[in-house]
Amino acid sequence: MVPFNLLVAACLIYVILLFLVAFWAEQQARLGRVKWLRSPVVYTLSLSIYCTAWTFYGAVGYAARSGLEFVTIYLGPTLVLIGWWWVLRKLVRIGRTQRVTSIADLISSRFGKSNLLGVIVTLICVVAATPYIALQLQSVTLSFNVFAGPVPEGWALRDSNSTALWVAAGLTLFTILFGTRNLDANERHNGVVTAIALEAVVKLVALLAVGVFTVWVVASGPADILSRIEASDIADWQMQPGRWAGLTFLAGAAILTLPRMFQVMVVENADERHMATASWAFPLYLFAMSLFVVPIAVVGLAVLPAGSNPDLFVLTLPLAFDQGGLAMLAFLGGFSSATSMVIVEAIALATMVSNHIVMPLWLRFRTGGARGAGDVRGLVLNARRLSIAGVLALGYAYFALSGGSSALAAIGLISFVGVAQILPAMLGGLFWRGATRIGAAAGLLTGFAIWLYALFLPSFGAGGLFGTELMLQGPLGIGWLRPQALFGIGGIDPLLHALFWSLSLNTALFCAVSLLTFPGPMERLQGVAFVNVFDHSGPTRGWSRGGAEAEDLLAMAQGILGADEAQGFFQAQAAAQGKAGFLPDTTPEFFAALERRLAGSVGAATAHAMIAQFAAGAAVSVQDLMAVANEAQQIMEYSSQLEAKSEELARTARALSEANEKLQALSVQKDAFLSQISHELRTPMTSIRAFSEILMEGGLEGPDQARYAEIIHDETIRLTRLLDDLLDLSVLENGRVQLNVQVANLHDLIDRALQAAGQTRAERRFVIHRDLPTEHMPIFTDTDRLVQVFINLISNARKYCDAARPELTIKVRRRGGQIEVDFIDNGSGIPAGSQSLVFEKFARLTDTTRAGGAGLGLAICREIMANLGGTITYVPGQGGAAFRVALPARRQREAA
Amino acid sequence: MDKRVLLIEDEPNIIEAIRFILARDGWAVATHSDGETALTAIRASVPDVLVLDVMLPGRSGFDILADLRADPGLQALPVLMLTAKGQGRARDAAEQAGADRFLSKPFANAEVLATVRELAGL
Repeated sequence: MVPFNLLVAACLIYVILLFLVAFWAEQQARLGRVKWLRSPVVYTLSLSIYCTAWTFYGAVGYAARSGLEFVTIYLGPTLVLIGWWWVLRKLVRIGRTQRVTSIADLISSRFGKSNLLGVIVTLICVVAATPYIALQLQSVTLSFNVFAGPVPEGWALRDSNSTALWVAAGLTLFTILFGTRNLDANERHNGVVTAIALEAVVKLVALLAVGVFTVWVVASGPADILSRIEASDIADWQMQPGRWAGLTFLAGAAILTLPRMFQVMVVENADERHMATASWAFPLYLFAMSLFVVPIAVVGLAVLPAGSNPDLFVLTLPLAFDQGGLAMLAFLGGFSSATSMVIVEAIALATMVSNHIVMPLWLRFRTGGARGAGDVRGLVLNARRLSIAGVLALGYAYFALSGGSSALAAIGLISFVGVAQILPAMLGGLFWRGATRIGAAAGLLTGFAIWLYALFLPSFGAGGLFGTELMLQGPLGIGWLRPQALFGIGGIDPLLHALFWSLSLNTALFCAVSLLTFPGPMERLQGVAFVNVFDHSGPTRGWSRGGAEAEDLLAMAQGILGADEAQGFFQAQAAAQGKAGFLPDTTPEFFAALERRLAGSVGAATAHAMIAQFAAGAAVSVQDLMAVANEAQQIMEYSSQLEAKSEELARTARALSEANEKLQALSVQKDAFLSQISHELRTPMTSIRAFSEILMEGGLEGPDQARYAEIIHDETIRLTRLLDDLLDLSVLENGRVQLNVQVANLHDLIDRALQAAGQTRAERRFVIHRDLPTEHMPIFTDTDRLVQVFINLISNARKYCDAARPELTIKVRRRGGQIEVDFIDNGSGIPAGSQSLVFEKFARLTDTTRAGGAGLGLAICREIMANLGGTITYVPGQGGAAFRVALPARRQREAA
Repeated sequence: MDKRVLLIEDEPNIIEAIRFILARDGWAVATHSDGETALTAIRASVPDVLVLDVMLPGRSGFDILADLRADPGLQALPVLMLTAKGQGRARDAAEQAGADRFLSKPFANAEVLATVRELAGL
């Protein structure tokens, strides 16, 4: 017998190991070493969360009670993976192109980004998953009890609520730590997936070890086992074709619709080709898991005392032969099965709850809608964390309330029937363009209601909500409404009865209502995008060019994606349009891309609602609808050829006219530059000449004379500075500058710049925010030149920041091989129209008197940064003027 | 003699110089530094002579002049334009816009004074 404390210790060590593995995987992913983390092997192993504690322990019990029927639970997924992998491939492709975050998001997105459907599917999933999670907690608790004392009888429990509570709390912590690190559900939870892959290996090894022990140690080899099976009750088992087919179908449906399976199969999928490996490797895994089920059941029944709980044979058999180590391994296998299921289920459900229930409520109840950048990101993450805790709390509450009723043993199948209600809407959405939102809602609600009435609520037993009278006589004595004999057809197995009526009425209503109703424009667009996902993988268009300001959109996106992500995305989009900077044109394509990006974080319906607040007018243009209507393959091909040709012509024309414009602009620029220089030189000269003439005439009072001489002096300095700047600029522009590269601490350089710029408007109180620890990093560059740029930016902030209490924030960070230094003040910033102008020569946005310079400062900064191999950019949407200086951390080799 | 001149110019040192030159000669000198509100200032204190800079914050001197010439009440106001661009093209533009006289910066003090006096008919 293994001491209970040792077991707890082993369990804790195992959990710590999982933590370390998850942490290590996250670390590797952050360093970009994701190659094997994203291999088909890890993908296949992660699919094995299909095998929960119910399969690990329960399959043996199932075999002991109902013979070979347990095979159906493995047969369904096997058939789907081998025969229906093209459906899975379509699901995965759609999941990636539409950035689907959950199964609720899939249904919502397909039917016109309807949040109503998202809510319905979320509710179905939460209700169906709660008892299933309770079952996992129960199995861990039971297996603890096996070690705690004498083998318990049946499913009866001692006071083990505290065990379950501890397990639930630990799982909540783990899931929150590794499941809510990233907001974008489309990015893989590398830590969680890797930990789960490890758990998959542990549970397989554990079950195989117990199997080998049973066959070769307890029995004397395969021949002996075969003869024992022959002699046991299992050999007398008669197949019930109805139940066999029904259960196989159910298990096949479950692998498509269980939220956790959707999470690992579609959302966490890194590469579509992994599906091909999984389609043979996962059935193999299932085969290995089921190989020793019957031998363990037969030997257990024969060897262990009568009345032993067959659900625990995997544990009790090794214990009966005093194999403590093996029993411990089996225990860890069961523990793995339970924990991995709960973790992924909680992540999947939390994503749904936060995206389809919390976010829409938030959008509705806050004033101003998505406009105005709040930190939505924090809100979503917290909503997810709370949802995870909520889901586990529900599971625990169900466990505590049901008190481990024997009904839990069958709850796995009941859950399966619940989530299978999503199947008609899902398959209909994938293959039938005529399916509509109202049809899907009608089918889902009908199926869900029948499932609740005919299977879920009766499962609480006679003491539950439904009394014996209601079960036997029907509500109010209406016989044809008896929960287990609807429409007067009784005598069927209750599970099959509920499965048949819920799914067939669900499907019938889905089809009938879809035929009777008319899909809206957005439903049609999404319908084509889903059904024909392989024909044109191009994204759905849905936005007409609106009056939205790219800057507002950036502010909103930063609230959801985080500043770095959002800026990177906007920059890439702008670059794709051939623009520099952070603000792309708000074209329909850009709207669509932004919506998909946001959908990865908050779900399609919410992202659509948020964008809708910015994009003007109708969401669907006539051209888009025409594209939906004209889809005869030939027309499409022909027109796409024409389109390609005319696009090429248009591209050439565009390039020519751009070159022409550039030349004209250059000539205009040269004239403007000369005229500007003339103006900047003549202005101080005017004062000098006028006052020297006045002084020459004489006859002035002493103080006046001194003052006029001082004006002449100051204006001469101004002239000199202008000439210096012009010369500096010309040297920099010609690239003839001598760089004096040395190593320095960035922190010291910022110190130097702050000190030097302190003279500018020294009378103003100016608050500087710095994060000193992040600033300490070595930098290889021409330090004097870099400091010159810093001084310029700091004095500009001091000069132009118009806030009542001016503040300047300096942020340093390292991204990739780049060092970025941001200077952000709290003034009113630079208007969008002028942002591209500020780096031009003589671009001075306010009046001359205050500036005191010639308007060459930022132009010089830009040239310096170009010479240092870096950039300086204006970053919009930061709540003030924000400039980013970026330069390579290592010295670049001189390019030839 | 109590003639009034209005100077529209944004460089404080140039304002001070011109004010000194004209005041010494007995002129009452008012100044205004913003292009956008210049027209209102002119209407508020119709001067005997207007000295108008071309490069002003908010609005160019040419635009202000065009508005003046379109206003029946101000059509006849004598205007001396100052510009720091000093190219032939600027002079043409000023004449086309309806400036009576044109001086490019830097100017001789005596020249400014003589031109203003001439415009006032002294």
